[in-house]
Amino acid sequence: MSEKPEKLIDKKGIRLDGRKADELRPLKLEVGVLGNADGSAYIEHGKNKILVGVFGPRDVHPKHLSQPDRMVLKCRYHMAPFSVQERKSPAPSRREVELSKVIREALEPSVFVDLYPRAGIDVFIEVLQADGGTRCAAITAASLAIADAGIPLRDLVVGCAAGKIDDAVVLDLYDAEDKLGAADVPVAIMPNLNAVTLLQMDGILTPGEFETAVNMAVEGCKKIYAMQKEALRTKYMTVKEEAEE
Amino acid sequence: MPTYFEKKQLVTPGELLAEGDYVAGENSYMEGNKIYAQRIGLADAENKKVNVVALRAFYVPKTGDIVIGTVIEVGFNGWTVDIKAPYTALLRASDVLSRPFKPQNDELSQVLNAGDLIVAKIASYDRAHDPQLTVGEPGLGKITRGQIMRVTPTKIPRVIGKKGSMISTIKQETGCQIILGVNGVVLVTGKNVEDEELAMMAIQKIEAESHTSGLTDRITQLLKEEKSKREEKKE
Repeated sequence: MSEKPEKLIDKKGIRLDGRKADELRPLKLEVGVLGNADGSAYIEHGKNKILVGVFGPRDVHPKHLSQPDRMVLKCRYHMAPFSVQERKSPAPSRREVELSKVIREALEPSVFVDLYPRAGIDVFIEVLQADGGTRCAAITAASLAIADAGIPLRDLVVGCAAGKIDDAVVLDLYDAEDKLGAADVPVAIMPNLNAVTLLQMDGILTPGEFETAVNMAVEGCKKIYAMQKEALRTKYMTVKEEAEE
Repeated sequence: MPTYFEKKQLVTPGELLAEGDYVAGENSYMEGNKIYAQRIGLADAENKKVNVVALRAFYVPKTGDIVIGTVIEVGFNGWTVDIKAPYTALLRASDVLSRPFKPQNDELSQVLNAGDLIVAKIASYDRAHDPQLTVGEPGLGKITRGQIMRVTPTKIPRVIGKKGSMISTIKQETGCQIILGVNGVVLVTGKNVEDEELAMMAIQKIEAESHTSGLTDRITQLLKEEKSKREEKKE
C-alpha cells in the first residue's frame, strides 16, 4: 500500500475499487472441494480466498476436553504465510487465536450440540489470501462446510461487514478501507431465524451510524445467504441433471 | 397451515418447511410453531409429519445394526474399533473367544490386530456409553478377503433398493457377495478382482445419483453394457 489517498469515497459515492456504497464484492462459493475432509467449502470474496475443512463428529482429543452433555466445536483460523503482502509468521498470532474463538462462537449457536454428547467437531479455516473481511467470509464458508459434513444445523450462518470511510457508511470493506477508514462492523446472522451470532465494532460511530451500518450489513448477509444456499444446492443439482439427460 | 415445499424438493438447513399443525420428523426441527430443515436433503410430508431425506449425514450407532469396522487398538481385555461414527466402539475379548478370557493365556493381538477389518453387530449403545460390539453370530467376525468401499450412510437404503431389488441385481449380475455395513462401509467379495470392481462401480453410481428416479434400470443397463464390453475384450 502506498500513501493514504485523499478521499476513500468520491462525491458521486464511488469507492476506490469502483463500488457503490451498498455494493458487495464479487463472490464465489464452492462446496465439497476437499476429498479427505468430512465436509469442506471454498470462498472467494473479492480478493479473499479461504478454504475450510470440517471433520467429525468424532472423538475429542485430548479426552478431558469432551463434555458429557454436549458436543464440542473446535475452530482454527489460520492465515497462510503468503496470504498478506508482508510474510506472516505461520505460528498462530494473538489475532488468529482471538478470531478462532470469535468464529467458533458465531457458529456454535447454529449447531445442535446436544444431539451427540462427548463427541467433537473440528473446523479448520485456512486463509490463502486476505483482503479485509476474512472473519465474515470465513464464517460463511465454515457454515457451508459444516452443512456439507452432514451435521444438523438450525440454519446456515452468514457473515458480512459494514463500516465507515470518510463520512459515509458503506458495505463490505476491503483491506485499504478497513485500515484507513473510521470504523468496521462485522455481523453474522442466521437469516431464517432472524438471529445475530456475531456483532463486533472497531472504531468510532455515532448511534445513528451504527444502526445504519448494522442494517446495511444484515442486508448484505441476506444477499450472501442466497448465494450460500445456491452453492450447497449446486453440488447435488448437477448430479441430478446429468442423470436425467 | 401451509407447507412451503414441493414433494422431493431439495432443501438446505434452516429452510422453513411448514407452519402450524405439523410435526417435525427426520432431519427437521420445530421452533415455535414453525418447522425447519436440519440437513441438506429432500423434503417430504407424510400425514402431518415433515421429513427430510438427508443427502449428507454420518452414521449414528443403533443397537442391532451390522457394521464394518477397523480395529485401531488392542487393549487389555478387548479391542477399540473405528466404525466411522461419532464414537469409537469396543469389542470385548470374552465375546470373541467365546470362553472366559485370561490375560496370561491369550495374546489378544494374535486374534485380532490393529488394522484388521471386522464385520460386527452393535450389542448395546446409548448416549452415555460408547457402543459395544459383538461377533458371536454367524457371518460376523474378521474379514479375510474382498474389497472395502465407503458410501454415505444415508444412501445404504438406496443401495439395498425396494425389498432388496437393487442389491440383488448387483449380486446377480456380478456374482459377488456384498455385505452392507449400516455405517456406510461396504464389503465386496467376488471370484476375481474384475467382478469386484464392477460391483463397486455400480455402487458408486448409485451413491452419486441416489436422489434421481429410475436408477435400478440404469444400473442394470450399466452392468450389462460393462459385461459385454469385457467379453469383447477377451475375444
